[in-house]
Amino acid sequence: MNTFLSRLNTIFAFTLSVMAGLTFLCFLSTVFNDHKTLVSINTGKIIVKSVPDYSTSREKNDLGFVVFDVHIFNWNVKQLFLYLTAEYTTQNHKLNQVVMWDKIIRRGENAILDYRSMNTKYYFWDYGNGLKGNRNVTLTLSWNVIPNAGTLPKVMGEGSHRFAFPDEYSHHGLQ
Amino acid sequence: MGALLDFSFLDDVRRMNKRQLYYQVLNFGMIVSSALMIWKGLMVVTGSESPIVVVLSGSMEPAFFRGDLLFLTNYQEEPIRVGEIVVFKIEGRDIPIVHRVIKVHEKENGTVKFLTKGDNNSVDDRGLYAPGQLWLEKKDVVGRARGFVPYVGIVTILMNDYPKFKYMILACLGAFVLIHRE
Repeated sequence: MNTFLSRLNTIFAFTLSVMAGLTFLCFLSTVFNDHKTLVSINTGKIIVKSVPDYSTSREKNDLGFVVFDVHIFNWNVKQLFLYLTAEYTTQNHKLNQVVMWDKIIRRGENAILDYRSMNTKYYFWDYGNGLKGNRNVTLTLSWNVIPNAGTLPKVMGEGSHRFAFPDEYSHHGLQ
Repeated sequence: MGALLDFSFLDDVRRMNKRQLYYQVLNFGMIVSSALMIWKGLMVVTGSESPIVVVLSGSMEPAFFRGDLLFLTNYQEEPIRVGEIVVFKIEGRDIPIVHRVIKVHEKENGTVKFLTKGDNNSVDDRGLYAPGQLWLEKKDVVGRARGFVPYVGIVTILMNDYPKFKYMILACLGAFVLIHRE
C-alpha cells in the first residue's frame, strides 16, 4: 500500500489533523479572556424632531440627534465590531435598543479610539413617538469579538451615559 | 498512478467474498447514519434547525468571508439583543441570511421586532425582506452565531458553485468507502 495516492492521502490527512489541533489550541488559549475595558461616553447637543420616516410608513416618528465623545483605551483583542447602543423604554415597548454608530477594527489597526464631537452614523428612529421628552436614554458601547477561530463573545463596556430628550420638537435644522 | 488507469484497484473488489461485500455496504450505511445522528443530535442540543451553517456571501466581511463556518444555537429563552449575529429566513428566499441585529423593540409580553444589517452593507436589510416586511420576528430566526471556524466550509461553496464537482466528490467518496479494504 505504498502507492503515490496513499502517501498523498496520508500527508493530506495528517496536515488536516495538525491544523485542526492548532486551531483548537488557538481557541483554548483565548476562551477565558473577558475582553473588557473602560469606556467613557458623553452626549453633546440633543434634539428631537418629528419627521416622517418614508422608509417604513408615512406616520411621523421621533428622530433624535446626538453628538457624543467616546474614549477607549488599550484594547487587547484581534478583530472587533464596535457599536454604540441607545437603550430606552417607551409606553408600547418595555425595551428598545438602537445601534447609533458602529466601527470595525481589524487586527493591526489603531485600537485606541478617541472620538470627540462625532455625529451618529445611523438615524435614531423610534418605533413610534417615544423619544420626545424621554427622560432615560442610556448609551452603552459594546463590542463583538470576532476571533480567528472560536466563540463570538459580545461584551458591554464598563461605563454608560444617560441623557434625556427635550420636551419639544425642534423645528430648525441640526446644529 | 497506473492503478487508476488499468482499473487494477477493482481487484480488491474481485477478491472480496460476499460476506466482505456486505460488510463494506453496511459500513457505508453506518457512516451515513452516524452523520445523520450527529446532525440531528446537534439540532436537539442547540435548538436550531440548522446548527452549522456556511457563510455564502460577503455581506459580513471582514468578520466572515465566503466559506467560513458558523455554529449556531437558538435557545428560545435567550433574548435577542443588538450586536448579535443572527441567521434568519425570509419568505420566498431559499437561502438563510447571516446578518447583525441593529435595532430591537421588545414588548412587555416578550414579542420582539428587530432589524438587521450586514456589516459590509451600507443600508439595513429592509430591501432584502419580503415585500412589505419591515421587521423580523423570533419565528424568522434559524439561529444565533456562537462559534466561528474559518475556511472549513469552502468545499461546500465549491460544491454549490460547481454542481459537477459535487457529484464527482460524492461518487469518489462512495466508491472509496465501498471498494477500499481495511
